[in-house]
Amino acid sequence: MNDLGFPILSLLTFLPLVGVAIIMSVRGEEAVLASNARWTALWTSLGVFALSLVLWFRFDQSNPGFQFTETAAWLPQLGLTYKMGIDGISVLFVLLSTALTPICILASWESITSRVRDYMVAFLVLETMMIGTFCALDFLVFYMFFEGVLIPMYLIIGIWGGPRRVYAAFKFFLYTLAGSLLMLLAILALWNATGTTDIVTLSHTVFSPRMQTWLFLAFFASFAVKMPMWPVHTWLPDAHVEAPTGGSVILAGVLLKMGAYGFLRFSLPMLPNASADFAPMIYALSIVAVIYTSLVALAQTDMKKLIAYSSVAHMGVVTIGIFTFNAQGLSGALFQMLSHGVVAGALFLCVGVVYDRIHTREIARYGGLADRMPAYALTFMLFTMASIGLPGTAGFTGEVLVLIGSLKISFWLALLGASGMILGAVYMLYLYRRVIFGALEKADLKNILDLSPREIAIFAPLVVLTLWMGVYPSSFTHFFDASVGALVEHHQAALAATTKLAGVIR
Amino acid sequence: MNWTIALPEIVLALLGMCILIFGVLQKHESFKLCAMLTIGALVLTGLLVFVGAQGKGYNGLFVADNYAVFAKLLVIGASILGVTMSIDYAEHENMRRFELPVLMLFATVGMMIMLSSSNLMTMYMGIELNSLAIYVLAAFARDDLRSSEAGLKYFVLGALASGLLLYGISLVYGFSGSMGFDQLSIALADPAKVSAGLVVGVVFVVSGLAFKVSAVPFHMWTPDVYEGAPTPVTSFMATAPKVAALALFVRVMITPFGHMVGQWQQLLVLISIGSMVLGAFAAIGQGNIKRLMAYSSIGHVGYILVGLAAGTEIGVRGVLIYLVSYIFTSAGMFACILAMRRKGLMVERIADLAGLSKADPGMAAALTIFLFSMAGIPPFAGFIGKYFVFIAAVNAGMWTLAVIGMACSAISCFFYIRVIKVMYFDAAAPAFDARPASLSVVAGAGALFTTFFFIFPAPFVTAATVAAKAIFG
Repeated sequence: MNDLGFPILSLLTFLPLVGVAIIMSVRGEEAVLASNARWTALWTSLGVFALSLVLWFRFDQSNPGFQFTETAAWLPQLGLTYKMGIDGISVLFVLLSTALTPICILASWESITSRVRDYMVAFLVLETMMIGTFCALDFLVFYMFFEGVLIPMYLIIGIWGGPRRVYAAFKFFLYTLAGSLLMLLAILALWNATGTTDIVTLSHTVFSPRMQTWLFLAFFASFAVKMPMWPVHTWLPDAHVEAPTGGSVILAGVLLKMGAYGFLRFSLPMLPNASADFAPMIYALSIVAVIYTSLVALAQTDMKKLIAYSSVAHMGVVTIGIFTFNAQGLSGALFQMLSHGVVAGALFLCVGVVYDRIHTREIARYGGLADRMPAYALTFMLFTMASIGLPGTAGFTGEVLVLIGSLKISFWLALLGASGMILGAVYMLYLYRRVIFGALEKADLKNILDLSPREIAIFAPLVVLTLWMGVYPSSFTHFFDASVGALVEHHQAALAATTKLAGVIR
Repeated sequence: MNWTIALPEIVLALLGMCILIFGVLQKHESFKLCAMLTIGALVLTGLLVFVGAQGKGYNGLFVADNYAVFAKLLVIGASILGVTMSIDYAEHENMRRFELPVLMLFATVGMMIMLSSSNLMTMYMGIELNSLAIYVLAAFARDDLRSSEAGLKYFVLGALASGLLLYGISLVYGFSGSMGFDQLSIALADPAKVSAGLVVGVVFVVSGLAFKVSAVPFHMWTPDVYEGAPTPVTSFMATAPKVAALALFVRVMITPFGHMVGQWQQLLVLISIGSMVLGAFAAIGQGNIKRLMAYSSIGHVGYILVGLAAGTEIGVRGVLIYLVSYIFTSAGMFACILAMRRKGLMVERIADLAGLSKADPGMAAALTIFLFSMAGIPPFAGFIGKYFVFIAAVNAGMWTLAVIGMACSAISCFFYIRVIKVMYFDAAAPAFDARPASLSVVAGAGALFTTFFFIFPAPFVTAATVAAKAIFG
């Protein structure tokens, strides 16, 4: 049991399922059911969020190890335990998941009109899976949550998505699954070699270089698809475009972070040598992602697709940061993931606002919205700037830290990685100009309404977070400084050990 | 002589004959009553198996060990589910004949003898008793052309397989001088005694058994028989006899021929890969849900044989756990298929499920759980089963097999989630008729088990470990 005296992580993980049970148990007319489902889901997710704030206040930032750990016997015959715990790397992702879920539910309040009950159930199940993924300290438990995400997301895209939703849902499911199954093989290999799937034990186990290479490739297959890295990113634009707004927000905000989290949690600590060996490949793929997808984003005519491609570019920056293996790069990558979670989520919400009114995401169908929607224009501008990485907004800190980290590796890496910021400015400002500025000519835009109180309530916390992360980033970086430091130390010690070993053999 | 070790089989056979006589003597139609009596007899037998004596008897022809107990309980459970599911169908489709449950009962007796056999002859007797009952069951809708065709097809091919099996047995006997499992095991411990003729005999035995479990390349009968046979018979065939045949397959390969792993391992790897690949690809084009289930079951046999191909205790444990998850998932799935009835007529196209999530959310949710479980998506039972067989493959260093298995698993996902797509994403078709309680119970129990198996796998794993130990002696 942990120092709080109650299993908070399990409670956080499975509390959404209580909401599911309540929603499922209510009987009645369609309208009553829908309203009941909405309110139950909202209150459940708010309750989970409130509970997760305990982590924010009680998390010991100076402790690099796992906290709030809990274990229960699960399959002792196989050395499998149900083990939960969080460290500096995962704690903020748990909070990100719990914070974004109520926002998504609120964002789907009016836009989801059919089968509201099923939608809310799927969302709460999704929340369980997300929190579980970040809390799991046993590899198999992690895998079960990681894969479990597919089920509700498949249904969310497929049922409430746009016209090509079936194609997008299948692509999402099969891409992710194919990658994950290779990871499952790697888990089996790890278990076979060590007799355990405990993440902490495995992180301190040294594997032979050959095994590390194979394991790395297997992990890479899973995390690169989830992340997504170029060239296996093609499912993301489809999934984003077809998913309902809430689904897009969660997809961009949390699901994309699972891949990077996997690299941080598994690849780096367990396979330090292979990670170092493969770093040049990762750099190359990341730079292609940053430059190529930025250019692709520039050519998009669909708002959601543009932001989806920008996500791939931002994730490229994250992978560069992770594989610099130094404190600045890793902190930058973590910060970039968090800020992207908030900002990209918010941008998808911004698209959702106008989509709900005009029912199109064609950029060309908009223009001059600043006239009729000043509050919206202001909000959209803030998040555009944050996406570009303007100082004082969330996007800035992460990118700068990654740049500093990559400068230590190579000047060209830093230069090419930084080109993403410039290209980002180009496509985001271009998008903003076409949607918000210009003359208000289209007839149906003349009567468009500005943000409703509900929408303001959705955006307010995100605006606050974006500015907070930009103006005072230390209140977030302090959470992971100790863990990142320990990770860097662990990595360098492992590399030094192999170098020493190589010296002895020679 | 310790005759009590066969008490469950004796009791079940006697009860079966009593029910038969009872049914004949009834002036009125007594189908439902006989079905109830059959379920009662099966439950009683299950209890007897659970508490029964263990040991070897009948001059080494018959064995009751932990492995037999584990497998028999699975088979009896599956038979109970099978009889339960057949009740409503028989009432509707004018198959209200009391022989239906009784035949299932006798098939179960055959399966139990298969599972307890410790001699190639006992094994053959068990297989034949089981098969004869099922030949009749497959043709049970005697006025239906497809059902008769299925019965005939199954009978002809089944007879061929029995011939192969017998031929193999005779070769094994001729080259080793024994048919008892223990004697064979002792005789073959010395590699010098393994002659080419004996290996040929083993290959024939494997072929005969591969037919019974419908593994590639002896799978041809499966789709036609599955499609043609009355649905409750299909669901029975897909669960109980399949489980019995697989468990028997494992025992035959491990106990008498265990020392010849080197000779048969390659063969089983090929059969397993063939089944997995065929199951994954051939199911993609199917429009009939019973045919889909046939190909899917071929694929599952492939995964199960991965565990056997490993030839280790871990592998056998994996097989047993897979069977547990398979029975519940499969039975639940068929309960849903049996509930596909529109205006009094059975429908069996996948397209008939369109929009089911609106018309009947409960059934759609249950089907979704079963399909995801079959696809091996966590946290459902199918994932746990797959995990355990692949652990065995990895543990035995069979990486190629494991990688191919994973690839097939990913491919087969496509047709499973396509069914889910039909139910959830497509426009609604007219609702099905009201579901009878018996099917709801089976589907509900299956769904609950499939969903929550991951919370409490430990007791099953312990039992399977003990059972696997028993046949490794």
